[in-house]
Amino acid sequence: MSIQVTPDLNQVGVVSSVDTELLSLYQTQSIAVQEPELVSLLQAIRDRAAETVQQSKIPTTRDEEWRFTDLSALKSVNFQAASSSKPNLAALESLLLPEARSRLVFVNGVYAPDLSAVTLPDGIIASNLDGLPPAYHSQIKKYLAQLPGAQEVFTALNTAAIADVAIVWIPKNIVVETPIHLLFISTASNTPIVSQPRCLVVAESNSSVTLIEDYFNQMTNLEAEETEAEVGEAVYFTNAVTEIWLAENAQVNHTRIERDSPEAFHIGKTAIAQARDSRYTCTAITLGAKLSRHNLEIFQTGEQTQTILNGLTKISGNQLADTHSTLALNHPYGTSLQQHKCIVGDRAHAVFNGKIFVPKPAQQTDAAQLNRNLLLSPKARVDTKPQLEITADNVKCAHGATVSQLDDDEVFYLQSRGLNATDARNLLVNAFAAEIINQIPIPSLQQTLLKTINL
Amino acid sequence: MIVENSGTVLSVRDLTAEVEGTPILKGVNLEIKAGEIHAIMGPNGSGKSTFSKVLAGHPAYKVTGGEVIFQGNNLLEMEPEERAQSGVFMAFQYPLEIPGVTNLDFLRVAYNSRRKVQGLEELDAFDFDEIVQEKLEVVKMNPTFLNRSVNEGFSGGEKKRNEILQMALLEPKLAILDETDSGLDIDALKIVANGVNQLATPDNAILLITHYQRLLNYIVPDFVHVMADGRVITSGGKELALELESRGYDWVLEENVSEVGAK
Ligand SMILES: Nc1ncnc2c1ncn2[C@@H]1O[C@H](COP(=O)(O)OP(=O)(O)OP(=O)(O)O)[C@@H](O)[C@H]1O
Ligand SMILES: [Mg+2]
Repeated sequence: MSIQVTPDLNQVGVVSSVDTELLSLYQTQSIAVQEPELVSLLQAIRDRAAETVQQSKIPTTRDEEWRFTDLSALKSVNFQAASSSKPNLAALESLLLPEARSRLVFVNGVYAPDLSAVTLPDGIIASNLDGLPPAYHSQIKKYLAQLPGAQEVFTALNTAAIADVAIVWIPKNIVVETPIHLLFISTASNTPIVSQPRCLVVAESNSSVTLIEDYFNQMTNLEAEETEAEVGEAVYFTNAVTEIWLAENAQVNHTRIERDSPEAFHIGKTAIAQARDSRYTCTAITLGAKLSRHNLEIFQTGEQTQTILNGLTKISGNQLADTHSTLALNHPYGTSLQQHKCIVGDRAHAVFNGKIFVPKPAQQTDAAQLNRNLLLSPKARVDTKPQLEITADNVKCAHGATVSQLDDDEVFYLQSRGLNATDARNLLVNAFAAEIINQIPIPSLQQTLLKTINL
Repeated sequence: MIVENSGTVLSVRDLTAEVEGTPILKGVNLEIKAGEIHAIMGPNGSGKSTFSKVLAGHPAYKVTGGEVIFQGNNLLEMEPEERAQSGVFMAFQYPLEIPGVTNLDFLRVAYNSRRKVQGLEELDAFDFDEIVQEKLEVVKMNPTFLNRSVNEGFSGGEKKRNEILQMALLEPKLAILDETDSGLDIDALKIVANGVNQLATPDNAILLITHYQRLLNYIVPDFVHVMADGRVITSGGKELALELESRGYDWVLEENVSEVGAK
């Protein structure tokens, strides 16, 4: 691998070469699409993003946006491109959702057609780029990598490495009855690998769809004996970007689950464009990774949009989980309801930063944000920062943040009714988590997650 | 009721306990036999709730001396849940609210934890529903309370009824009711008292903590004890409660100063 040092990076001195190594990761992934028209489209998008990457630096804790999230550990690992690795379908059994009749599976960022299954009525698209009907080839460039925020370094790094895209496209007036599952699996390996999955969702006007975007490490799901004995926890880096476009009056219910290996790094971007009268719901569950960052960005492009953001972070050990959300309203009559909860154990550290912009034109906006944190140990830490910038004068905006611990008296109350201390604590933690998990419109997934939450 | 030759359910000897280094219980003695109903009265802050929480095993209270034998076993060595599972039940003076846990789930988990210890099969939601419906009758509680979060938004009286519902489900050997009558209007008081009377059997025992004689008109105690400054300073029959009601506590406190001082 050649190391290019750009003039800009030279200026930052000692960190520059490590920065460069991480920033050159995009060069490890080549385009995995056959169709010439798409190849040249991807090449153009990649080249543009590569330029951005070359002018970027990996942020440090001196950058306001990364104050609490120190990326030095990420920079110190030497990641390689994934070699091909195919888990069999049986190994994935426990991940499959009976409610979702269609799934796209990507293994280490590479589309796995034999693990995927799509049963959808004609006209609804769920495929990788090669499966995209030719009629859509020219349309795709209006959407792919077109959302604001593309300059952000990890987004650009992903874009510069786009090899393939998971595409969900719902035509006008179509209501998709069954959820679509986008499953991104990392397989453990002796060398740390990088994967940079990319999703594009287009919901045309009056359409409706339910999506589950799921990041998982296959090895963490093996039988206990096997996992402990044969492999350590997998070290890898997932740098994911998902763009979702909602046209007028479209509805997207999006569940995002990050349950990577406890030694993994996960940086994920969810960028949403909401046209007038559309409704977007996101339920983001963060459980895994040693270091995770979720950047959730909503851009309102028309009036009277509804945005519902539910978030749950449950971490322990030395995990760090950072959620940065931005809701950029620019039109009147928008409503947003955001609820983010963190359950933090051991020495783990959760970060929540929720920005809401309500500029002058966004009159009659109704925005509410609530961040509630439950600390399970004295060393657990949470940094929370609501950031509301409101210049419109006729709006309703409310926000709040709370930090609490499990109440000893509540635990005792349950014990005095016969529950042991662990069950009592679990019941209370579960109750705290359930408020978010119950928002997921997939019962089987609710059950699985509630079990995972147990201490 | 006092039953001839019945077994001892609870025996407390010279029990002392402190909270954060402050002694609260200063030598409590009490003996309760199967079938009996005891009442403890006493001024605010005399240690009545502390005593009941120590019996239930609250971790904030540190036992510094004495012993408590429950049905032949050393109660003080048991975890709070083991005490509950072996038949100690305390109705809280201030029942806690548990947001996010439905009352029905809570009751079922509690019920099943008792069954597990008894070697019985745990009941699923369906079978449990039948049992809980029947027990709702005991306290005349509306079934809609089952689907709400535990005690959340319940009125004071509803919380107390919910405590007795739990007692009805868990069928304890020893029920300690800490001011279950406080804050109840007369109709609710009758319902709760009637519920407790239905649950009293010759095999179990009930310890009522109350400030008011009114409750004792409905649940008639076999023994009345007065607690002051962390000790049971005098005991008597149900007439003692009537006397306390009309004369207050001062006379008991005065009469016992010499006695306690001589000890
Ligand atoms: N957790 C605690 N921390 C500090 N002091 C406590 C605690 N619990 C009880 N106490 C103190 O112990 C004493 C006895 O309290 P307790 O609640 O047992 O009284 P009580 O007899 O139940 O009173 P009441 O009739 O008002 O319910 C009081 O002085 C009280 O302030
Ligand atoms: Mg009290």
